[in-house]
Amino acid sequence: MSLGKEMSLKKMSRTHVNCTINGDEVDFLTTDATSLLDALRDEVGLTGAKEGCGTGDCGACSVLVDGRIQCSCLIFAPEAEGRHITTVEGMADGEHLHPLQQTFLEGAALQCGICTPGFLLAAKALLDENPAPTETEIRYGLAGNLCRCTGYDKIIRAVQEAAVQLKGA
Amino acid sequence: MKYAAPTTVDEARSLLADNPGSRVFAGATDLIPQMRSGRPEPAVLVDLKRIDQLMAVSHGEGKWTIGAATPTADLTRNGAFSGMFPGISEGAGLIGSDQIQNRSSLGGNLCNGSPAADSVPALIAADARAVIASSDGTRTVAVAEVVTGPGQTSLADDEFIVEFEIDDAPANTGDAYLRMIPRTEMDIAVVGAAVRLTMDGDTVTDASVVLGAVAPTAVRVPDAEAALVGSRLDDDTLAAVSAAASAACNPIDDKRGTIEYRTQVAGVLAKRAAVIAADRAQNGA
Repeated sequence: MSLGKEMSLKKMSRTHVNCTINGDEVDFLTTDATSLLDALRDEVGLTGAKEGCGTGDCGACSVLVDGRIQCSCLIFAPEAEGRHITTVEGMADGEHLHPLQQTFLEGAALQCGICTPGFLLAAKALLDENPAPTETEIRYGLAGNLCRCTGYDKIIRAVQEAAVQLKGA
Repeated sequence: MKYAAPTTVDEARSLLADNPGSRVFAGATDLIPQMRSGRPEPAVLVDLKRIDQLMAVSHGEGKWTIGAATPTADLTRNGAFSGMFPGISEGAGLIGSDQIQNRSSLGGNLCNGSPAADSVPALIAADARAVIASSDGTRTVAVAEVVTGPGQTSLADDEFIVEFEIDDAPANTGDAYLRMIPRTEMDIAVVGAAVRLTMDGDTVTDASVVLGAVAPTAVRVPDAEAALVGSRLDDDTLAAVSAAASAACNPIDDKRGTIEYRTQVAGVLAKRAAVIAADRAQNGA
């Protein structure tokens, strides 16, 4: 197969996707087999979501789709059509960090940081649904996110602190 | 590979009929890892989640109807459903993390064909039915008849499950699902056991016992059911349930558990699930 033909086939198989990402209307081109994670990183330029395992075990790629926490590595990019996606880039309000981001920083709830965007979004989804979770509920709620650095305790405490702050807000 | 998102059952039917080698999917939580590990790509990926009927949970005319692609989180959060079928809700709720729960579905969990599928034993114990869209209409089969072996189903290539039907549980009925994994979350069943009991006072009047992860498909245990019916769940009955459950096992030996371990644990879980189901039948979930 000539290079020219290969390129034209690739071009033909590109799909146009329209969606809302962090409040902004976004459109991007992708192939149908591309994951939403890869499309976010490579086509949209949002690299907050990370690939850890690529099989839905580690949660580093977590994003909110229509407000629900999901692994973007397990979503085909064209599925995003018409959906509202929130990535970690959408959590802060301008220069003001989200309370979870602030308590993660203050409580040193991260070391290498690869898992952090996923934890922040999973914690946000948890607190949006359950503003006053018990420690057990937090641990189960974050069971889909793996961290190899912190041993989790600081993450749990940061979520508890953020829950208190959000309640007072 | 092309992606298609039909909005009606008929449109999905046509896509499958016109494109041999295509595959339907809901959450893709099994499909994408399988594709990454080298399984051949389907010709057309047919996303069922834009079909309203497949994403709905409803109750009426003495039964529950659950769209096959509905996220299991929608089921476990449905208080009325979980109140009537706590065991089904428990099983469905054990499929992975919150991230997975927002994608995983009863249809996908069943048709993936894993012997360890957590939502399947309690569905079978409740005599749930699958409504299947075929090229020329629909047919309804017992959930127990859908999976024929690991990764294998009785569905034709152009068929897919539209919804599940579960008749309302009779009065004084309770169900329970227990799963053994070596940690507390995020693992695949070494053994799963679902029991559903109907009670008249202290006496069992109807019983279903179904095991997962101990045979090529989920298996019903008629000998355990026979031991339960008419009993008052005394120690001899529970010992008989346990023995019958172990005897029904035909497991594999793998990293998750040896044949001996799975066989013994199946007996323990069946007995414990029976006690929980009886309590729920008598006192509510």
